[in-house]
Amino acid sequence: MKKNKARSRFIVACVAPATILAIIFLVIPTFNVFRMSLFRWGGYSPNQEFVGFNNFITLFKDKNFFQACRNSILLIVTVTVITICFALLFAAILTREKIKGQNFFRVVFYIPNILSVVVISAIFSAIYDANYGLLNSILGFFRGEADPVYWLGDQKVVIYSLVIAMVWQAIGYYMVMYMASMASIPESLYESANLEGASRSRQFFSITLPLIWTNIRTTLTFFIISNINMSFLFVKAMTGGGPDGATEVFLSYMYKQAYTNSTYGYGMAVGVVVFTFSFALAAVVNKVTKREALEF
Amino acid sequence: MNNQENIVGQKSNALAKAGIYIVLGLLTVVIVIPVAWVFMASVKQNSEFYGNPFALPQGIHLQNFVDAWTTARMGDYFMTSILVTAMALLVLLVVSLPAAYVLSRYKFMGSRLLNTGFMAGLFINVSYIVVPVFLMFVSGDKLLNSMFGHSFFLNNPFMVAVVLASTSLPFTIYLLSGYLATLPKDYEEAAYVDGAGYFTTMVRIILPMAKPSIITVILFQFLAYWNEYIISMTMLTDPNGARTLPVGLLNLMKAQNAKAEYGQMYAGLVLVMLPTLVLYMCVQKQLTEGMTLGGLKG
Repeated sequence: MKKNKARSRFIVACVAPATILAIIFLVIPTFNVFRMSLFRWGGYSPNQEFVGFNNFITLFKDKNFFQACRNSILLIVTVTVITICFALLFAAILTREKIKGQNFFRVVFYIPNILSVVVISAIFSAIYDANYGLLNSILGFFRGEADPVYWLGDQKVVIYSLVIAMVWQAIGYYMVMYMASMASIPESLYESANLEGASRSRQFFSITLPLIWTNIRTTLTFFIISNINMSFLFVKAMTGGGPDGATEVFLSYMYKQAYTNSTYGYGMAVGVVVFTFSFALAAVVNKVTKREALEF
Repeated sequence: MNNQENIVGQKSNALAKAGIYIVLGLLTVVIVIPVAWVFMASVKQNSEFYGNPFALPQGIHLQNFVDAWTTARMGDYFMTSILVTAMALLVLLVVSLPAAYVLSRYKFMGSRLLNTGFMAGLFINVSYIVVPVFLMFVSGDKLLNSMFGHSFFLNNPFMVAVVLASTSLPFTIYLLSGYLATLPKDYEEAAYVDGAGYFTTMVRIILPMAKPSIITVILFQFLAYWNEYIISMTMLTDPNGARTLPVGLLNLMKAQNAKAEYGQMYAGLVLVMLPTLVLYMCVQKQLTEGMTLGGLKG
């Protein structure tokens, strides 16, 4: 009986701090996102007015929000596809081929992942600078320096400039991820494929890809959710959503409405829609990519 | 005949090999050059930025670092960053270790609910809740101001650390309890037989065995906290008050557009990058291995 009491006391003492912190800083704010999306509130004033689904109705007529959607979806699709393809390619090269300095390449490719998004944004701002940037000075050799490309100033170009920066940041992380799962594929499969005379690319598509498919699926789902977050971090540090909304994305629009613009309730409505969208998309991708799991 | 085929095969093999090295080399260049360029730019004089960006610096202009450290207040920001990162790591470990231990190794009323709850927390992204947390602090400060005459929550590095630690609780608990669950139960039973209490057993027996996973957590969260900027930017609003390095750098970037203090900015960039790069060079093996141990991060 006494032992039981001590046990309960110990359990409570261990679990309580984490639970309390999680409730204050995770559960309540999340609950507030959903609740406040039904209110009209500036954030600072005491009067909160319940408006039902009005925020959502305004939202679905909001042209700026649709531009943010377009940009976000473009970023999700292009960055995800490009990053995963490159990551798979380099992971396959580094695990399958006998290469000198394999470890060196792995270490170097992972570097962008340990840098702050602020640092990466500053680096890419320097690269993209129209007059004294690295990229234009290289391009200057080929096309003359008379009319520079405005990588961050041209509304049509700027989103692709973001894509490049985001791919640059993400490749190493996913490559290391895939390398780990590729390394667990038994060597004997490749040996017999070699005897049969299967080419490198054939081996990649018929052995490597199917066997790490489960891993690719998981990363894909996570990638979509994290991409929505990463694009916010990049946009906030690099372009601020500009020029003229050309790089506004889901969460940067939400942040702008809720924090900068002081239309808090409206911003939270954006948050609810984005939250729902991201999980729906992840679920759909998860469903579509479902294959029968192969075992070694 | 056979021999000829062999030679052709070898030739195409050598060609493929060369192609592979070219591709690898290209990506290396694309990653290394921009980072190296920042280090080079950080010792250039301001006038050198109006010209060929690939030109080598005319001299080692270390004044940039002095200016960044004092004029641009990067020194203060550096200290704030160290403070916030250290406090957040401390809070995280003190809170998450006991919780992960109990959640992974004890059955009690509500243990399943708590486990599921923390798993669900993995899906809550900081970017969604940063403004609600900010407003919670605003109203908390209003209350304190009316009662005691000064505020506490906003512009307080300690509160930033607490928010950072709390928001990484689900991932940390997930990672730690995954590891702790694999340790055999015998250790605790032996400890109880020897008369050790619950607390002693946890601190003396179990936690030392969890060292690899604790190190992984520290490495990852150090990088995450050091590099983080959305929470600190939102919670530290006073322009003359405390700021973390990334936030200070962000402001310098914006000011730089107007004033053109390039040298200072690149010196500031080096200050942010250097600690993470040095750490990475020392522990890159644990870091990339730990990543697969912990599964995915969101």
